Amino acid sequence: MPIIEVENLVKKFGDFTAVNDISFSVEPGEIFAFLGPNGAGKSTTIKMLTTILKPTSGSAKVAGYDISTRRDAVRHSFGIVFQDPSVDDELTCWENMDFHGILYGMPKELRHKRITDMLGLIELLDRKDDLVKTFSGGMRRRLEIARGLVHHPKILYLDEPTIGLDPQTRNHIWSYIKKINEQEGMTIFFTTHHMEEVERAAHKVAIIDHGAIVARGTPAELIAQTKTTTLEEAFLKLTGHGIREEEASGTDAARRQRQMWSGRR
Amino acid sequence: MRIIGSLGQPVLLLVALGFGLGPVFEKAGTSNYLQMLAPGVIAGGILFTAVFSGVELIMDRQFGFLKETLVAPVSRFNIMFGRTLGGATVAVFQGIAVFILALLIGFRPTSVWEIFPALLVMMLIAIFFAAFGTALASKMRDMQAFPLIMNFLIMPCLFLSGAFFPIDGLPAAMKIVVKFNPLAYGVDGLRAFFTGQSYFGLGHDIIVLVVLGAIFLTIGAVLFEKIEA
Ligand SMILES: Nc1ncnc2c1ncn2[C@@H]1O[C@H](COP(=O)(O)OP(=O)(O)OP(=O)(O)O)[C@@H](O)[C@H]1O
Ligand SMILES: [Mg+2]
Repeated sequence: MPIIEVENLVKKFGDFTAVNDISFSVEPGEIFAFLGPNGAGKSTTIKMLTTILKPTSGSAKVAGYDISTRRDAVRHSFGIVFQDPSVDDELTCWENMDFHGILYGMPKELRHKRITDMLGLIELLDRKDDLVKTFSGGMRRRLEIARGLVHHPKILYLDEPTIGLDPQTRNHIWSYIKKINEQEGMTIFFTTHHMEEVERAAHKVAIIDHGAIVARGTPAELIAQTKTTTLEEAFLKLTGHGIREEEASGTDAARRQRQMWSGRR
Repeated sequence: MRIIGSLGQPVLLLVALGFGLGPVFEKAGTSNYLQMLAPGVIAGGILFTAVFSGVELIMDRQFGFLKETLVAPVSRFNIMFGRTLGGATVAVFQGIAVFILALLIGFRPTSVWEIFPALLVMMLIAIFFAAFGTALASKMRDMQAFPLIMNFLIMPCLFLSGAFFPIDGLPAAMKIVVKFNPLAYGVDGLRAFFTGQSYFGLGHDIIVLVVLGAIFLTIGAVLFEKIEA
């Protein structure tokens, strides 16, 4: 039985259809790459699967539970590294990790051991008591990933986990992800724009464009289907060469406002 | 830090109104204006801190941290309730700090120990307004509407609560407005403890605050349940 099963999922923002009637499934223990150009609808799909966005129509089951009617049960089954920042700047590195462990009900001993291990992996152990607002962009990203991995969920969503990371860190993190996938059978659902990460790790791939799924299969199958030689070529052939327009994000405005408000904390 | 920073306004109110209007009220026959003003300023301090704590939700949402709690396997109700209680507790500490300041400035309650039973009323005010802030924040995407809320909701709430003047002497229309203001019951309840004088009656104050608190906790929880990120 698939661990993620999506049927005719649709998400509209006003008149705009971000996700347009997609269906696919992911098997337990699979490393599944969800690819697509900017604005294709990847993050929107992940937000629906992780219960923080309501589908306009269609349904999906995660770990056997419906994402609309059994949200609490679904939330017990996964961990996620968001594309956008979600660590608390005003807490230390360790506090962010510890808060996460407590939220996920990890017993203290295991929690502290895992946090220490994870911070070692991303080489932030010596900065563990520093406030996150003093971290560089890449250090924050490392912390986000470490936090998502700390409770070893059944399903792990990684939304462009390696943006802004140096090659050393990318390597470390992918080795670790592959290791826990093999050792614990953890299902990995990830998005990326780095095709070499897909070639290196993914068992299955789905490509989404303009909200619709345009291709599915193993990396080798996609290359064969498109009569190309690399996954990157296959990707370009399937989604075209034009650059996608992206609306400016609200993050900049938000950041400016935080500056204004941070004085009061 | 936050508590110290936000003590500026209550000090200003106590000093400016207390010393500025005190003589006027005394000429008009009110024996000591500061006695009536201090419970009002304490309630006001709690009001602001509690509403701000609720509204912090908007910032947590804008800066992304809220997502982390929204996907966690903890019921949304518990998260909302925890946030509200936490914010309310901070607000009560703010109230205690204002109380101490008022004592320094010359406020003389019937007994200093009345602060302990008065904590009940302080907590009720704080829970109501923290839940109120959370409910509002659940419906707001950014801080743009915040000045409107301050000017058209929070400030009127403070000024029309009888915090700065006795309700007895108000015109009938104003009395009705005050009756529909939740903070009025908080101010009145604090006065009942600190000065022994009450307009609505202490029991009445507490019942109103408990009922309103429960209603807004429920509304806040329902709205929080529906938040999307
Ligand atoms: N809250 C929202 N309101 C309106 N439109 C939205 C909202 N969120 C996303 N969109 C739009 O939906 C489309 C899909 O966005 P989504 O974030 O899912 O893209 P993505 O595939 O993750 O892209 P990227 O690779 O850039 O992260 C985009 O056109 C985006 O502008
Ligand atoms: Mg995205």
